[in-house]
Amino acid sequence: MSTPTAEVKRKNTGKHTNVPGKPEGWVPAGDLQEVVTLEKMLTLPRETIFMTGSEAARESIRRANVDMAIAYPITPQSETMQQAGYLYDEGYIKDYYRGEEEIGSMSAISGASRAGVRSLTATSGPGLMRGMEAISSWPGARTPLVLLDMCRVINTPLAIQPDNIEISFLLETGMLVMHAENQQDFYDYPLIAFIVSEEVDVTLPCTVSVDGFFVTHARGNVSIVDKKYKIPPRDGWRNAVPSMDNENPPARLSRDAPIQKSNFISYHMHASWQQEVFAAVERSAKYFDKYLGGLIEVVNPGSDEMLIASGAAVSQAREAVRQEGEKGNKIGLIKVKTIRPWPGPQIIEAAKHAKKIFVPEFNQAGWLHKNVTTTLYGHCQAKIYNGPRVFGGMTMPTELILDWLKESRERKE
Amino acid sequence: MAVKRYNVRMAGLGGQGVVTASHILSNGVVISGAHSSLVPFFGSEKRNAPVESYVRISAEEIYEIGEIIYPNIIMIFHPSVITLGKSYTMPFYTGLKEGGVCVINSGTPINFTPDEKKGLEDMNAKVYYVPCTEIANEVAKTDLATNMGMCGAISAVLGMPDLVSLGGSVKDRFIGKGIVVSGGTAALDSAIEKKFAKKAKLLEANMRTLHATYKYVMDQGWAHPDAKLVDADELVASASGAAV
Repeated sequence: MSTPTAEVKRKNTGKHTNVPGKPEGWVPAGDLQEVVTLEKMLTLPRETIFMTGSEAARESIRRANVDMAIAYPITPQSETMQQAGYLYDEGYIKDYYRGEEEIGSMSAISGASRAGVRSLTATSGPGLMRGMEAISSWPGARTPLVLLDMCRVINTPLAIQPDNIEISFLLETGMLVMHAENQQDFYDYPLIAFIVSEEVDVTLPCTVSVDGFFVTHARGNVSIVDKKYKIPPRDGWRNAVPSMDNENPPARLSRDAPIQKSNFISYHMHASWQQEVFAAVERSAKYFDKYLGGLIEVVNPGSDEMLIASGAAVSQAREAVRQEGEKGNKIGLIKVKTIRPWPGPQIIEAAKHAKKIFVPEFNQAGWLHKNVTTTLYGHCQAKIYNGPRVFGGMTMPTELILDWLKESRERKE
Repeated sequence: MAVKRYNVRMAGLGGQGVVTASHILSNGVVISGAHSSLVPFFGSEKRNAPVESYVRISAEEIYEIGEIIYPNIIMIFHPSVITLGKSYTMPFYTGLKEGGVCVINSGTPINFTPDEKKGLEDMNAKVYYVPCTEIANEVAKTDLATNMGMCGAISAVLGMPDLVSLGGSVKDRFIGKGIVVSGGTAALDSAIEKKFAKKAKLLEANMRTLHATYKYVMDQGWAHPDAKLVDADELVASASGAAV
């Protein structure tokens, strides 16, 4: 990561004078922030504030040195991007506009990333589905950017509640996928997502998924760093592939003509390109490991009964662990922070001794369960229960997890 | 109640300020030094549509999120939540834990169906009627302060947050940090502000409503032993300390 020289800083400060709608000599607030490395940002003193998940995301974006934000509103994402709009007004985001719809937004933000600037977009459930055509092309196009994904029901009957089945659609795209548990994660993860996604040996888009309303519209304590700091800007020249050069005509719209023209493409080229994308996903693990303090968090390691969860289900599982603990039962919990890269070796290490494993999830598909069983097959003797699960965006009551534990003990398998 | 943890489910109608009430109660608990979290649940933001909001209150750190399926406190902001079924949760006491409490905004007892009566009896539920809308009309001269009345009443029932912390939360909502509830609420704010020429006046009316229902609950003998009434003028003064 490079920090800007004093020269660059001087050049940048105050360059936006005479901005329409702003007083003479207005200086964007972002230009007055001090650049610190992500390592430093994560260790600076913090103040704890009671705020919603959308506000937590706003505070993260404020410190993320974002050049370009494009999004089309959809509940429950709209509230976060409304907050991002305030940041644009204050000058923390350099450019911001509302897309026409999601195919447009997701295509446009890809263009911004190709041009070499730090790019942010956001969506929810059905919007993600609409944007999927463009989104699936991001990893192969090697476009570092961050997609904030506030999960919402996509299957019928229609609802706006936080069912996270949509994450399953992202898992095989070649994107990096983080799953935030709560408001605090929704502040920390986007900052980490930007830096990891822009690492040269990664150069991939990163989704920060969060379980919609339960986090975005709900309040929780969030510890944040002073707003005078921001992470370093994206260096558009440090990429796995060259950025688009818009300054020197002719602007090259494609990365490499033979790659994008299907009548020239060799299957080998497609294969090696995709293999490289997924190798880059694996290479990102070392960075996530460093900044997240591990791809997984383990509570009560070595327990016979373990819960494996991601996102909001982790919070419910934590409460189940506490209530069982009060009764004298030690239950283990593995929080999976990154779904892609998938922390397979870490999960095997943390779960190989277990006798029973439960995978609480907020979706019908059981995508986390599928990943867990595939990983543990042949490495662990535990009975892996296919649930508990809730559908349609319902919260999983802690009582449901406790019931599954109780029933499994009574069944005496 | 010998419960160290309160799970509060609020149900009301769009426009009554249920979500705002949950923010105010929850923020008040945090100001008082305990832990709280909340989550709203609503469809399109329109008047009279069912609204629910959930507040968790605890002396310990709270992990759980999302709606509360098994509450030990239920707050009903409007009788038609029960009588007309204007609710996401039917019947309204579904999931109520043994010995739970229902605080209902009504001047007169609800004519429960036999099933409802039995449901409440089976769970050994306590039902408290607080005429919050009447008190809001009398004290604040507007039924828009009904949600403040509900906040005052529940704080007395739970014995937390204390009135001054609750008042501080109301101050945060109107003139302090500006709690973001939703876009629709922002539009409503300007309408209310027109009615009350000054925010300070609005704040005072709200404070007096909090005080009146808190006192009502104490007078009925429903208050938690920790509940403590402060002088109404002192409460108003504690909130007007900040710059308007």
